[in-house]
Amino acid sequence: MDEYVLIMRHENATGQVSPEQMQAWMQQTMDWLGGIAAQGKLLETGNGLSFDDARVVGHGGVVTNGPFGEIKETIGGYVIVKAESVEEAVEFAKGSPVLQGPGNTLEVRKVAKHDFK
Amino acid sequence: MNTEKLIPHLFRTESRKISAVLNKHFGIDYMEIAEDIVSDTFLSALETWPYKGIPDNPKAWLYAVAKNKTKNHIARTSNFENNITLEIFQNSEISTEIDLSERNISDSQLQMLFAVCHPSISRESQIALALKTLCGFGIHEIATAFLSNKETINKRLFRAKEKLKSEKIKIEFPEESKITERLDTVLLTLYLLFNEGYYSENQDNIIRKELCSEAMMLLELLLENYADKIPKIHALYALMCFHSSRLNARKDENGQLILYQNQDENNWDRSLIDKGIVHLHLATKGETASKYHIEASLAYWMTHKQDTKEKWEHVLKLYNLLLFQEYSPIAALNRTFALSKVYGNEVAKVEAEKLKLETNPFYFSLLAEFNKEKNKEIAIEYLKKAKEISTSKAQKELISSKIADLLKA
Repeated sequence: MDEYVLIMRHENATGQVSPEQMQAWMQQTMDWLGGIAAQGKLLETGNGLSFDDARVVGHGGVVTNGPFGEIKETIGGYVIVKAESVEEAVEFAKGSPVLQGPGNTLEVRKVAKHDFK
Repeated sequence: MNTEKLIPHLFRTESRKISAVLNKHFGIDYMEIAEDIVSDTFLSALETWPYKGIPDNPKAWLYAVAKNKTKNHIARTSNFENNITLEIFQNSEISTEIDLSERNISDSQLQMLFAVCHPSISRESQIALALKTLCGFGIHEIATAFLSNKETINKRLFRAKEKLKSEKIKIEFPEESKITERLDTVLLTLYLLFNEGYYSENQDNIIRKELCSEAMMLLELLLENYADKIPKIHALYALMCFHSSRLNARKDENGQLILYQNQDENNWDRSLIDKGIVHLHLATKGETASKYHIEASLAYWMTHKQDTKEKWEHVLKLYNLLLFQEYSPIAALNRTFALSKVYGNEVAKVEAEKLKLETNPFYFSLLAEFNKEKNKEIAIEYLKKAKEISTSKAQKELISSKIADLLKA
């Protein structure tokens, strides 16, 4: 069994959502993750990444407010799951409510553990 | 109350107190002395009271006798040369007077609880030891409670006591810095002790109820002393209150399980539900939500029998949270049941099939539930599988009646 990180990418994210939208989205996200957890395959509920106070630090220490407007897609959060194969991890990803937004994507990446010894 | 009833009653309430004080007094190496003095004390009551009458203050009488027996015991062993127990009385400044004040009783019981639930002892031994030394259960009662035999329990207790001695566990309050960690072990032991009573397949209703009330009584010791700082103690207590409220309603007189939806709400104990609500409120003072908080909240919703959308949305959310903390098959199954109540059987069916709990009879019962309206034959097949792998007689009977109902429908 391997670990996979599901990285949520939002297209044209503004961080502007109504409290009602936020609540509905939270519930859908919880139900999605609950389904994975019920299979004993959820390693970390992970975290959302706030769109406020975001900075991009570039080459030469150049700091910009961002990443909005600079790049098309913004990382909105991540979760970590256990899966037998990348296909299984992809099946988990398909249930994410993030995908309801056209243009949004989930990136599925196997964790390659650092071996610092 | 006559002597026949009074002595067993006092044994239940007082022997644990005297025993805790004696254990604290002599230390963990001499638990047998404490046991002997307690039995001697009650033996004296049994011998004297039927002839001389019940004393005006039976409790004070027992305490006085226990004090005297302790003095005599110390005097006797001090004179007895080559006695192994001699060294403690020679080397230490052990007092011949035991302190049976309320304060010392409560402190000694708490300290014993910490000692007995020491992380170095296996969980099942902790429970057996707690029942023996803190709840005054006899070996026979413990064996009955665990559906085991006296010999096994005796061995288990012996090993546990040896471990306490070899690890040199002191009967004392844990260091301030270790309180949270040590309390976690104690809470888990009490949680398991309660579950032992609540979910046990034991036919003996009285034993089951006693295990639950003993767990609550021991938890009350912690409640008084630590709950202000550690709110999850309130949460665990609330959980026990809510569950206990249904103890009388969930089994019929033959020990048969009555399913939740068939229970008579009038048999639910309203005062325990109210008490649970108070403690659940107190539990929310902290910033973290423990597993006990989530389970207590779930148990709270189960005190609302009516199927409302609000109820099932909360229940689903709580099971999600519970699973985020810790996976368990039973939480996974319950979560999927809640899912069916919120989103319907079709959605829940797809999710249920992913659980793959093919060794769990409840898994197949749940699949049957989701299929029974649209596909009766498949539902019956699932129920047959559930019955095949179930190990409990009561459960098999229950499944049989479900199959019969479906065949009739």
